[in-house]
Amino acid sequence: MKKIEVRQAIKIFGKNPRHGLELLEQGLTKKEIKEKTDLNVGVAEASFYVESGEIFVIMGLSGSGKSTLVRLLNRLIEPTSGSIFIDDQEITQMKAEELRQVRRKKISMVFQGFALFPHRTILDNTLFGLEIQGLDKREREKRALEALALVGLKGYEASYPSQLSGGMQQRVGLARALASDTDILLMDEAFSALDPLIRKEMQDQLLDLQDAMKKTIVFITHDLDEALRIGDRIALMKDGRIVQIGTPEEILMNPANDYVAHFVEDVDLSKVITAGNIMTHADAVTIDRGARVALKLMNDNGISSIFAVDRSQKLLGVVDADDAAQAIKTSTAIGEFVKKVQPVKVDTHLNDLFDDISKSSIPLAVVDDQGRLRGLVRRGAIIHALAGNTPLTKDKEVQHS
Amino acid sequence: MNATFLPKIPIGHWADVFIQFITDHFDTFFGYIASGIQGFVDSLVWLFLFMTPVVFILICAGVAFWRRGWGVALFTLIGLILIYDLGYWQHAMQTFALVLTSVVLSIIIGLPLGILAGINRTFHRIVTPILDFMQTMPSFVYLIPAIFLFGTGMPPGVVATIVFAMPPTIRMTGLGIRQVPGDLIEASNAFGSTTWQKLVKVQIPLAAPTIMAGVNQSIMLSLSMVVVASLVGAPGLGADVYLAVTSLKTDIGVEAGLAIVIIAIMLDRMSQNTRGKKTGGA
Repeated sequence: MKKIEVRQAIKIFGKNPRHGLELLEQGLTKKEIKEKTDLNVGVAEASFYVESGEIFVIMGLSGSGKSTLVRLLNRLIEPTSGSIFIDDQEITQMKAEELRQVRRKKISMVFQGFALFPHRTILDNTLFGLEIQGLDKREREKRALEALALVGLKGYEASYPSQLSGGMQQRVGLARALASDTDILLMDEAFSALDPLIRKEMQDQLLDLQDAMKKTIVFITHDLDEALRIGDRIALMKDGRIVQIGTPEEILMNPANDYVAHFVEDVDLSKVITAGNIMTHADAVTIDRGARVALKLMNDNGISSIFAVDRSQKLLGVVDADDAAQAIKTSTAIGEFVKKVQPVKVDTHLNDLFDDISKSSIPLAVVDDQGRLRGLVRRGAIIHALAGNTPLTKDKEVQHS
Repeated sequence: MNATFLPKIPIGHWADVFIQFITDHFDTFFGYIASGIQGFVDSLVWLFLFMTPVVFILICAGVAFWRRGWGVALFTLIGLILIYDLGYWQHAMQTFALVLTSVVLSIIIGLPLGILAGINRTFHRIVTPILDFMQTMPSFVYLIPAIFLFGTGMPPGVVATIVFAMPPTIRMTGLGIRQVPGDLIEASNAFGSTTWQKLVKVQIPLAAPTIMAGVNQSIMLSLSMVVVASLVGAPGLGADVYLAVTSLKTDIGVEAGLAIVIIAIMLDRMSQNTRGKKTGGA
């Protein structure tokens, strides 16, 4: 479901923005318009949508218009033209009161500089949105305390923002946004002011919270690593325009133009590509089918071992050809010969696979969260991916060791 | 007097006609204001004298202690006892009432205007030159129309004092509101605040220290006007100084002047920003 949809949004700063629209239509770039007039193109013809429950990252260097773009979504900045829909309601057409209700109930925001109120305690900062909504004191304090507990700041209710570290302050900023219990969270460079370790910690916490809450998050950042780490999809901006929108893998593997390619060239692929991206189909034998079936499958596919699963596709281990033959000879159940293997998860990054693959003589089994076999990863596929070619399409061809 | 080729522009004449017109047509209106001010100041003076010096001094010392601690409280105590000892108690109370009335009215009028100037650029642009005018025009000049409109005594003194003392309150309130960091305004908007909520919950509390600095300046300017106000017949310590100057009496001049200084320091310390305890420094 499309939670947010932006159609041809344009923002031009300056005295006569209409004139800028005409120039933009004539195909002039931000730089050319800036030179000809005193107009500054903040966002040019941005169109995209954000799915419900998705983390959508808008990334770009400073001055690329990303902070302007996110402010168009809740109309902290009025777009010069274009339309923006939240839950299929056109926010760009709303009257002041309607807009206020949307800001109270549907969209909350986390700011780069935290934007905490220095004259309010942590608790009073957190319940600000609820206070604005006019909730009674007991209810808003209860919900604010819940939100503070969620971000791990229990016990700091009575402190003032200046008494907290940067990381803790931004947790308050996050709690304040969560307390309103809106579906949409706008995060404007929310972690950029934090030092790298804290930033990583906050990213993890955000991902954990997102697992539990399934918000629709629009996350602004200038940090490519951050974008790749948390984004389900990424929109890359340059000079007010969206250059490319795609999943992290798509952006890395199929850059839309030289700019994107240049931007992503230094990325450590092993930290981005997951086992799920490079895995291929795995043949498996269901354990109660017996040793003969297992041996036949191995023969047919020209492989010397095969993964064994139960009826619900849960991975049990691996059986090799010798064991299968032994089982047939001694007419024991094949289950006796299943050797345990250490599987990897679908979302495991390549850099976490190196160790496992180097120790294993057979391909790595890839399982999902329920332990069901989803595919396998061969040594060659990893090297292939690191060389910059990812088999995004899952080929059927199978060659066990 | 005028040796140029240009014909003299009759600004003075216009001002004259304007004031004449107002006196002719709004006499009753200004009469009401004058008696209102007179009544207010009179009841304050009555209240202060009714309290007896002991109670009054203790209350002032108490406020000083609450606002600033021991040092200021001690100064207030000794200073007020000195004024009593010198025999200027009643005049001091009149001056106190004059200053208090002017400051209260300055705040009542100045605060909303300052807030408006803080949130509305156009209003800010209009009001700034008017404030410049009010502050730089020699304060004696206000006395002339004040006499026409409000007669003599306390009311014209209060009005002239307000005109001179109010600008800092307006300026600093506007400044304080404008100085609230943009991201806090943005945060407040992003959570769906109305203009009023934003003002009451964010802008005014954050501007409070600056607003208080403005009020403090208004108090000081009011005190500096007490001698000028005595020219139109406002009673109090100012009148004593005026008398001392015209009759060359050093003793009265020094004593009354000292009393004004004591009251000035006391009010200044009481109205200055306290430690900023809530924000914890930063």
